Amino acid sequence: MVANNINENELAAQLKIKLGEDLSITEDKYFTMLNIAPGRLLALMQLLKAEYGFDQLSNLTSVDFVETFEVVYHLYSIASHAKICVKTRIPADNPQVESVVDIWPGADWQEREVYDLMGIIFTGHPNLIRVLLPDDFEGHPLRKDFVRKEPGADA
Amino acid sequence: MEHWFTNLFTIFTQALISLGLSPVLADAALLVLKWILIVIIIIVNIIILIWLERKISGFFQERLGPNRLGPFGVFQTIADAIKLLTKEDIVPSAADKLIFKTAPMLFIVIAVLLYTVIPLGHDMQVIDLNVGILFFISIGSLSTIAILMAGWGSNNKWSLMGAFRSAAQMISYAVPLAFSLLGVIMISGSLNLQDIVAAQKNIWFILLQPLAFIIYFIAATAELNRGPFDMPEAEQELTGGAYTEYTGMRWALFFLAEYTNLVAVSALMATVFLGGWQGPWLPSWLWIIIKTYGVILVFFWIKWTFPRIRMDHLMSFSWKILVPLSLINILLTGAGIYFFRWMGWC
Amino acid sequence: MLDTDKYTVNVGPVHPSTHGGLHVEAIMDGEIIEDVIVHLGYVHRSVEKIAESKTYYQFAPYTARLDYLATNLPVMGYCQAVEKLTGIQVPERAEYIRIIMAELSRIASHQIAIAATGIDLGATTGLMYAMRDRERIMDIFSMTGGQRLLSSYIRIGGVAADIPDDFIPQVRAFVADIPRMIEEYNSLMTGNEIWAARMKGVGVLKAEDAVAYSVTGPNLRASGIDFDLRKADPYSIYDRFDFNIPVRQEGDSMARWEVRIEEIAESGKIIEQALQQLPAGEFMSKVPKNLKPEAGAEVFHHIESSKGELGYYIVSDGSTKPYRLHVRAPSFINLMVLPLICRGGVFQDIITNIATLDPILGESDR
Repeated sequence: MVANNINENELAAQLKIKLGEDLSITEDKYFTMLNIAPGRLLALMQLLKAEYGFDQLSNLTSVDFVETFEVVYHLYSIASHAKICVKTRIPADNPQVESVVDIWPGADWQEREVYDLMGIIFTGHPNLIRVLLPDDFEGHPLRKDFVRKEPGADA
Repeated sequence: MEHWFTNLFTIFTQALISLGLSPVLADAALLVLKWILIVIIIIVNIIILIWLERKISGFFQERLGPNRLGPFGVFQTIADAIKLLTKEDIVPSAADKLIFKTAPMLFIVIAVLLYTVIPLGHDMQVIDLNVGILFFISIGSLSTIAILMAGWGSNNKWSLMGAFRSAAQMISYAVPLAFSLLGVIMISGSLNLQDIVAAQKNIWFILLQPLAFIIYFIAATAELNRGPFDMPEAEQELTGGAYTEYTGMRWALFFLAEYTNLVAVSALMATVFLGGWQGPWLPSWLWIIIKTYGVILVFFWIKWTFPRIRMDHLMSFSWKILVPLSLINILLTGAGIYFFRWMGWC
Repeated sequence: MLDTDKYTVNVGPVHPSTHGGLHVEAIMDGEIIEDVIVHLGYVHRSVEKIAESKTYYQFAPYTARLDYLATNLPVMGYCQAVEKLTGIQVPERAEYIRIIMAELSRIASHQIAIAATGIDLGATTGLMYAMRDRERIMDIFSMTGGQRLLSSYIRIGGVAADIPDDFIPQVRAFVADIPRMIEEYNSLMTGNEIWAARMKGVGVLKAEDAVAYSVTGPNLRASGIDFDLRKADPYSIYDRFDFNIPVRQEGDSMARWEVRIEEIAESGKIIEQALQQLPAGEFMSKVPKNLKPEAGAEVFHHIESSKGELGYYIVSDGSTKPYRLHVRAPSFINLMVLPLICRGGVFQDIITNIATLDPILGESDR
């Protein structure tokens, strides 16, 4: 049940009409997943916040699938307790996606953490610097191809 | 028992005179003896108080406090003193060495000077000054300089800021401190502490001047940097405040000086508000000890119950509440004295 | 007029409070705070990377080290996430025992928040009272799991062992004593004039800011938003218990403080009901020796931890080890609003605000 009193299936159907081929919908036992092309991500997010009342960005993270990266968002609605999951895939050789910080300020540090540990660039983020690792750290450790430098080895 | 000390002094001076010393020199030697006694009193008090505070705070907080060294942990203070004496003496290289080293010494000298005028029993004070209470307040407020020296001499931004805050606090609270005593001075008609004690023969001043007592208590807590007013020393705030760069015995001197101040201020409160050394049955010097320790226990109680006051609340509390209240107290006291005289009651 | 300069003061990372290694840089104009910059990462232990090289069973103790002051909550969250991923059913008795342990952990965590706030504001006696009461919870944990703080009592599939005989009477006695504890905290601290002066109106977090910045937990409820995952998205058997969600409207430090104290009372209610309804039965269901979820399966499971919404996002590739595990840490996200609520205040308010936001750095930095 979502704000506007429609359920998740109707929501998915409505979004499919608005975003067409760029959106594909999958489901599992717990979440409806909206798989969106990276170029239309901002449009979808703005729609979800403004028209469907998903006012809380609960989780923002990423997964490294070697050839691609997947950025995952879990959204909640405080008023109606509805939930939805948004995913987008970006190529590994150019990992860039638009920042949603203007829609949910709570994305600020979560995007910084994804940049810090996985190296995905969020365009439009006002302060995209490392948050957990030291500023002079080289590399993005959570990537599958990250090789840890042995202590004492040549830099 | 009452005349132990006065007899000791007379025997001492007589012995020196019979040895051929002139009376003037004998009196000077007596002064030196009295000073030695004061220093012994201070040291004994500090040793007791440090242990007592830790035990009492433990009692409030449902824990044991020191309990390993000696019965009830009474030797803990001595062990801590030995530890502090054996610590490396670190003086920051960029510090102003003269000011840095002199600050704790100045602090403790000021604290000890306060004992000059307090009557520790009937006819038992180092010097019977005519302006005793004025001397006490003036010398007491000099400790602000010692703290500023500590902050400045450390050559450290945070020490300096801590020292500024401490100085601001002490200056703000010196005003109600002095004003609250004016009521007592008006009633007794003298600045001499012996006269103030004598004026309490029939009734203690705490009953005639309850407002002044409370104001003096609060202002004294702030002057001592104790209790709810220990913001300048709070570790969670600007690290150690003015004392950050001090280690070992230098640091210990600051805290010894604070305890010395505590006893001096409590003794003054006992003298001015609680009737001094007067009391039935027990010798006079024992009464002043009992009353002083009673006041000290209230200081401990307040410190371990309340949270810390914020700096801006502290300043506004002093200037906007305590100073007007103490002025009102002076007004009421003056009106009361006039009324009593007009009625013929005194 | 005199030209004044702004200066920076650093608070931490070596900080005499129990929050962990938190480094806050305050840019001050005189006594007023212009801005606050939070530096994290001092306790970063790359827990998410470690998860990719440990089996699901092996990773469970790592989750206890995330929020180490309320350990049963993150461990329960992780075990429930894995159970969702693999379809393992937990026996009824184990569910009830888990709830009791989780709520006891919540009380312990709130008691530390109370103690830390007490000592940060100078009420050392308040610290001692809260810690003394928390010792009883530590004794209960030691009795069941063998460890006071970091017990791995909750396992995937249930709990490690059945509760000992002394458990129920001890927990009952503790719960019966909760009103006395709350009365003591309130009379010593909440009702105190100085306390009120330092907490009321300090660090106000408006409701719309709280929601926009994804703040959760007592911080959100102190700003007027009635949102608690135990009621909004019920998990385990929380829907069988009757309890209230304390909410305050002011959003200042005092409101956050009061919400936590009331939550202790509510947790006591849940524990009492759980003790009454506790059924007989198994304490652990049969779980395979090598736990392999379906390839491509993923789960996002979140619980209402004492700090806020604690979530686990696990992606499986069909092997015994997770392909990706992400922890949605409430303390990390709650700290985002620290600059917002500190601006315009006095320096000491930073300490008060950190204490009442109640972050735990182990979870924040992972």
